[in-house]
Amino acid sequence: MAELFRVRDLWFAYPGRAPVLRGVDLDLAPGQRLAVTGANGAGKSTLLWLLLGLLRPNAGQIEAFGAPRRVEAEFIEVRHRAGLVFQDPDNQLFCPTVLEDCAFGPLCLGRSRAQALAVVDRTLEQLGLLHLRERITYQLSGGEKRLVSLAAVLCMEPEVLLLDEPSNGLDETTGERLLCLLKALPQAMLLVSHDRAFREHLATTGCHLHDGRLIAPPPQETQHP
Amino acid sequence: MGHRTQAGAPLPGVPDRHPAVGSPLRRLDPRTRLLAVCAFAAVVIVLEQPAALGAALALALLLILVARQPLRRILRPLAAMDGLMLIMLLTLPFTTPGTPLLQLGTEGAWGTASVEGLWLAVDIALTANAILLMLLALLGDLDPVHLGHALHRLHLPMALVQLLQFTLRYINLIHDEFSRLRVAMRARGFVAGTNRHSIRSLGYALGTLLVRSLDRSERVLCAMQCRGFTGHFPVVESLRFGSTDALVATLGVLVFSGLLWLEWHLG
Repeated sequence: MAELFRVRDLWFAYPGRAPVLRGVDLDLAPGQRLAVTGANGAGKSTLLWLLLGLLRPNAGQIEAFGAPRRVEAEFIEVRHRAGLVFQDPDNQLFCPTVLEDCAFGPLCLGRSRAQALAVVDRTLEQLGLLHLRERITYQLSGGEKRLVSLAAVLCMEPEVLLLDEPSNGLDETTGERLLCLLKALPQAMLLVSHDRAFREHLATTGCHLHDGRLIAPPPQETQHP
Repeated sequence: MGHRTQAGAPLPGVPDRHPAVGSPLRRLDPRTRLLAVCAFAAVVIVLEQPAALGAALALALLLILVARQPLRRILRPLAAMDGLMLIMLLTLPFTTPGTPLLQLGTEGAWGTASVEGLWLAVDIALTANAILLMLLALLGDLDPVHLGHALHRLHLPMALVQLLQFTLRYINLIHDEFSRLRVAMRARGFVAGTNRHSIRSLGYALGTLLVRSLDRSERVLCAMQCRGFTGHFPVVESLRFGSTDALVATLGVLVFSGLLWLEWHLG
């Protein structure tokens, strides 16, 4: 089966700064759960943003779902089929209630209101979040916000999940709950995480972003607490 | 003020905000510059003679040259203002009655431009550009803290001064916050269109932005109070009205009087 993402020699620099990515190669196959590690500011989140076309690379090729993706119009389909869970849920949740925020994605995909509500209810039930359905997103706790932002992405029924530090700031119980939820999902995942235990339980393969390139993970992985 | 400013040399580690190098205008007291801009604006608004207006515009251009600011910082606001005024300037000749100048369509069926309207448009364009150029030349490089400090010393109400300062300080932050929301929306496949879903979603984003900005302002206030904020900004620098300022003020009075004289002499 074709790869979901195929990236070759990807270069990216923020304006006026040295390149953060200097020739990244990456392959993500269906069913694969790939963990990306790297120091702060190594460009892990940047890589995820590039995959969805939220930033444009300076050089290199991005193929997603078997087609090359270069311009905005081509990336819209990628965003429909790959779901990004942001590092900070506050950046993601913007609708007044959980229900509306979860329905936002399906409505963007062109579903009818009834279809959107059905998929929201199904997803919230699957994640055990149905009790949050009518809550104001702004007043959720940190852990609830994280789970709801995952639910909002899952409501779009993506084929791939891009997770940016999903266990960040979660207590042990909520972290384990998130881990169980993610492990039960069939989707391929690209996981950026500093949390070693989380990576080891969830990821099937790992790689390390160093000096702007993706390399095999260092043995023992001792540098992360 | 509760916190008296410490006069004398800036504290070590505090960057000198008025380096002697570069523009000579930077050495002027911000109050002198503020008052000069206000006086200039008041004079230019009175002017109606094209020659007098031209002289005012030339004066503003001269000061732009003296100010030696980056061209981009001058051109961008200028383009923004003139872009806004363009439609008004183009329609004004056709909506002002007077001596016909130009007729569109047979017998002016589509409208008639008048000489008076054209002059009015030229008058407004010259006035607005002269004032904006002067504003950019004299105040363009003034940072919010010093602008606020100068306004306060000119006895503007503290609440207004602080509103202005916080707006200048946080407008970028709020813009960034909105950009992040837009990215998050795009990541979930949002494409703005003319439909209810788009309007509702953008409305939600704006509402969220308002709530978060309010929340942030409360956090900022708490953080400021933790550091002893009581409603006044201490400024590590005293304003000094020096001999250069006196000279410039006198020169300003003379030049502005000259502009007014030109107006009445020609009119």
